[in-house]
Amino acid sequence: MALARIQVPRETKRGELVEVRIVIQHPMETGYRRDAGERVPRNAIHSFACRYNGAEVFRATLSTGIAANPFLRFYFRAVDSGELDFWWLDDDEKEGTAKARLVVL
Amino acid sequence: MKRRRFVGWSLAVIPLKVLGQANAHISTTDPLVFAITKGKPVNPGRVKLELPSLAENGHSVAMTVKVESPMSAADHVRAIHLISAKNPVREMATFYLGAHSGRAEVGSRIRLNGTQRMVAVAELSDGSFWSDAVMIEVREAACTDGG
Repeated sequence: MALARIQVPRETKRGELVEVRIVIQHPMETGYRRDAGERVPRNAIHSFACRYNGAEVFRATLSTGIAANPFLRFYFRAVDSGELDFWWLDDDEKEGTAKARLVVL
Repeated sequence: MKRRRFVGWSLAVIPLKVLGQANAHISTTDPLVFAITKGKPVNPGRVKLELPSLAENGHSVAMTVKVESPMSAADHVRAIHLISAKNPVREMATFYLGAHSGRAEVGSRIRLNGTQRMVAVAELSDGSFWSDAVMIEVREAACTDGG
């Protein structure tokens, strides 16, 4: 559930744009799929947020229109070294978190 | 002769007016679009929705949306809404950005239920709306079977 692969540069210069890529391991069940005749209930990540040193840098509301194992790529400007905190919530009310460190030179 | 010239001019002028008009490319009375814009005009341009023109299947299609914006405290993109014309869940995603984003660009992978028109609507800090629409041909739809 809480499996995510994050790609951020290890180091960056002050004020430079940082590209963040994240892939979360999640089936993003649409609710239309059938498994051996049984309907698989909908279960998709509907909320995603990313904070850097406590301040929100990116937020998204997702739906089943996002492919399984959702991938997100976004940018933010880093001023100080710190920690990226990722958080998400799915239809089963299951939360997931991930962290990544970033050093600003 | 005068009448004939008038008709000729009308035919030449009207299509040009339609092209430059706001809203011509998007239905603002669509309840989903209306919920976002609250009836404000949606201008074409500034937004670039990048999708392949053809996808073998709709299970996972790479998507990038970019907005031309200086992303300063005074002028930035607040949100980008992604709307599908044919998916069972039409409101695919909303990305919330701010001046701290530095660049108004978001990438993801989306599911598509068949050949359709995809629309991206960007909401700017000054309250204006801009959008881009793209046709994508999907050979095998997601959702219908398998998942």
